[in-house]
Amino acid sequence: MAINCELNGEEVSLDADPSMPLAHAIRDIAGLTGTKVACGKALCGACTVHIDGQPVRACVYPVSAVAGRSVTTIEGLSQDGNHPLQVAWRELNVAQCGYCQSGQIMTAAALLTRTPEPSDDDINTAMDGNLCRCGTYTRIRDAIRRAAEGQS
Amino acid sequence: MSELRKISRRQFLKQTGQAGGGLVFALTFATACQPQEEAVGPAAKMAASVSPNVYVNIRNDGIVEIICHRSEMGQGIRTSLPQVIADELEADWDKIELIQAVGHEKYASQNTDGSTSIRQQFDLLRNAGATARDMMIAAAAAEWGVPVEECSARNHAVHHEASGRTAGYGDLVDAADGMPQPETAEFKSREDYRYIGKPMDTIDGVAFTTGTAIYGTDIVLPDMLYASIERCPAYGGTVTDYDDTRSREVAGVVDVVRLPDPVMPPVFNHQGGVAVLATNTWAAEQGRAALEIEWDRGPNAVYSSEPYKEQLIASAMSPGNEVLSRGDADAPAETMHEAVYYAPHLSQAPMEPPAATARFNEDGSCEAWACTQNPQSARDTLAAVLGIDKEQITVHVTLLGGGFGRKSKSDFIVEAALLARETGKPVKVTWTREDDLRHGYLHSVSAQYFRAGMDEDGSVTTMLHRTSFPSISSTFAPGATGPASMELGLGAIDAPWNVPNMRLESCDALAHARIGWFRSVCNVWHAFGSCGFVDELAAIRGKDPLENLVEMIGPPRNVDPADDGGEYTNYGQSLEQHPVDTGRLTAVAEKVADMAGWGRDLPDGHGLGIAVHRSFLAYVGAVAEVSVDENGDIAVDEMWLCIDAGLVVNPDRVVSQMEGAAIFGMSLALHGELTATDGAIDQGNFDTYPIVRMNEVPREIHVHIMESDAPPGGVGEPGLPPVAPAIVNAYFAATGTRVRELPLRNAGLT
Ligand code: FES
Ligand code: FES
Repeated sequence: MAINCELNGEEVSLDADPSMPLAHAIRDIAGLTGTKVACGKALCGACTVHIDGQPVRACVYPVSAVAGRSVTTIEGLSQDGNHPLQVAWRELNVAQCGYCQSGQIMTAAALLTRTPEPSDDDINTAMDGNLCRCGTYTRIRDAIRRAAEGQS
Repeated sequence: MSELRKISRRQFLKQTGQAGGGLVFALTFATACQPQEEAVGPAAKMAASVSPNVYVNIRNDGIVEIICHRSEMGQGIRTSLPQVIADELEADWDKIELIQAVGHEKYASQNTDGSTSIRQQFDLLRNAGATARDMMIAAAAAEWGVPVEECSARNHAVHHEASGRTAGYGDLVDAADGMPQPETAEFKSREDYRYIGKPMDTIDGVAFTTGTAIYGTDIVLPDMLYASIERCPAYGGTVTDYDDTRSREVAGVVDVVRLPDPVMPPVFNHQGGVAVLATNTWAAEQGRAALEIEWDRGPNAVYSSEPYKEQLIASAMSPGNEVLSRGDADAPAETMHEAVYYAPHLSQAPMEPPAATARFNEDGSCEAWACTQNPQSARDTLAAVLGIDKEQITVHVTLLGGGFGRKSKSDFIVEAALLARETGKPVKVTWTREDDLRHGYLHSVSAQYFRAGMDEDGSVTTMLHRTSFPSISSTFAPGATGPASMELGLGAIDAPWNVPNMRLESCDALAHARIGWFRSVCNVWHAFGSCGFVDELAAIRGKDPLENLVEMIGPPRNVDPADDGGEYTNYGQSLEQHPVDTGRLTAVAEKVADMAGWGRDLPDGHGLGIAVHRSFLAYVGAVAEVSVDENGDIAVDEMWLCIDAGLVVNPDRVVSQMEGAAIFGMSLALHGELTATDGAIDQGNFDTYPIVRMNEVPREIHVHIMESDAPPGGVGEPGLPPVAPAIVNAYFAATGTRVRELPLRNAGLT
């Protein structure tokens, strides 16, 4: 079945089983592998993408539900890879293995859109669903603060 | 030292397999992450490039290709390895390109495990850079007709001071082509380092932040099938019957294949089961869920953690095999104290579950792409399982979404290759998180018994340590009955305690699960037990825990376990170069205590705990500050770590490894536990196997790196062992309650 939606600013038609989770449709059908799957059960945040600007766990979100909506993945977060968060992430060398980082950045980006000057509590609450086995959490916090300062 | 041979650019490409062949992945990975530069060399040049050794290829456009033969899993080797080579080579950091090597024995060991990349290969990497540099100098000297001694290399060029001549590396390729290769070269002195010791930015930073980094799970080949495999719930069990009718009805499912039964011991081979192959991951997983399989759970169906725990503790409480002894550990003492420590199975749970892709080419050769920590061993394993010559096998290494020991084993790559051969199509095998937790190579469960005797004035005069755990050797040899000497050398034989009468015993334990390496391996439970027990002695002796710890370590000296009959392999390196230096251990203990403000007043319900441990030739001290709320729940508010790893190549990556170790250590202290029932692992995902999440993260993790002239030690693993005991000791300081069993969750503390 073809599901029409906007993916990173482009109209696309995803030929997928309607029950297929969006994360798999993005990866296997649209061929964008920046979105990761690490639990498949909405338990880790690695698959976080935006639907109409809202962060969702794409591993449990059926692709049929994005028909007519706008999906943004890490590849589409910024034109040039220089979203303030991406810059801050590089300046602080946040990533270790990097595998969770697409999801971390997408969750953080939604936070900054909603709350441009987040408190530490805001950061902890917003990021609590994004796991990082390498343990980059303290740098993630610092990078979000840095990006927020640069933006405001 | 690996063989240093000169090879032409064309051979080079062929041998590394990283260009040509139209492999989308190889090209993307090799070029996605490095600074690019327009070719500047004159087109008339004959030689396109020259390779002074297998780690360096200098192109006539001035780009120096550095070949990374080790796997990147978050420790930063793709940054620190070129730092070392480029430094000796006097290369310009902006003119290097990093190429990820395939698995091949022309490289030194590629087994990215045991925190070995720098500690064991620092000289090899320096030599790769230095010989390349000398070759450039020799080429320039020949070109100019001047003595080599009058030339020097600086900033990607050779200079002849007397005549003022300068030639860039790219312009010397032609002259260097055909020249003999220096096999050895003088290394730079430390004060001349440009990159070594500097916090260079992660080379993959752009890829990591834009979704362009390619991991094992991201490989896509034309016409590829996606596979998901149902494996026997119990380790070593087999399929007795299965029905795939409903699976084959799932849209997108192309085939269902029963894998060959597992052979014991498992080594790094596949585990059998039934694979569903489909046109996408989701269809494969749906088809798999529709399989009906009858299993023979085999001999390990008897494995249930509750009764096993009792047996293991009983084993640790009974006399075992003497491993090391000095004086008389059974001598009578004024006061005796004994304790049993228990820690459960754990899973490495790298964020990226295992994933591999394989295909067979028309000429019968097999290619695999995988997030492997050990492509050489993967290649050997594939050759053995497939029964083809290893020259016919190429293993490409992707980025690893974490490894922690899990991805040194190639079982998942074997699965992909078997299915590719069976179906005649490229196949990607992707493990789910449930697969990863239930069918992994587990960190062993352990029980330890400690007994100490003290005289009237409180001096500790005797100590007995018994350690019991199913051994990693059981994965390689059937019937292995208990700790191997190598495992005892991970934090038990090399214990630093300055106790005149001491004995270490190892106790038998049979494995019923597939046991494997996990970050820091046995050091995790040995440090947990011994640093916890030593902290117990502080309370009994009425001493401050830091003072007690320093006293227990004793005066600065080199400990040689052989003096007491212990067989100690010192992580494969010499004790002369890397002694067990108690002075360095005390120094990190005192430094980290100082960082944490040891002895300061704390609010009620707060406590500081300290632990120190030497592993992988590095010394790490950790202090945790914990607080306990009105419900009795523990929070780790702040942590401090101090590492002495000798010379460090990239201090920022060392700091990040310590930060990561603090979180990884918190996860296992607070939450981590795998249990089995009738041979099957009970946990399946992050809901039942939680890892630390943002709300639990300390407000800060402070890290200090000791300045040291010592040769490099390990970094990826040594941070972990002292973390859990520091937390447990802090909990005692806060509450007066001693915890001797992990995770704390089981005591209702989280
Ligand atoms: S993969 Fe979607 S939340 Fe973990
Ligand atoms: S950086 Fe490895 S899981 Fe987060």
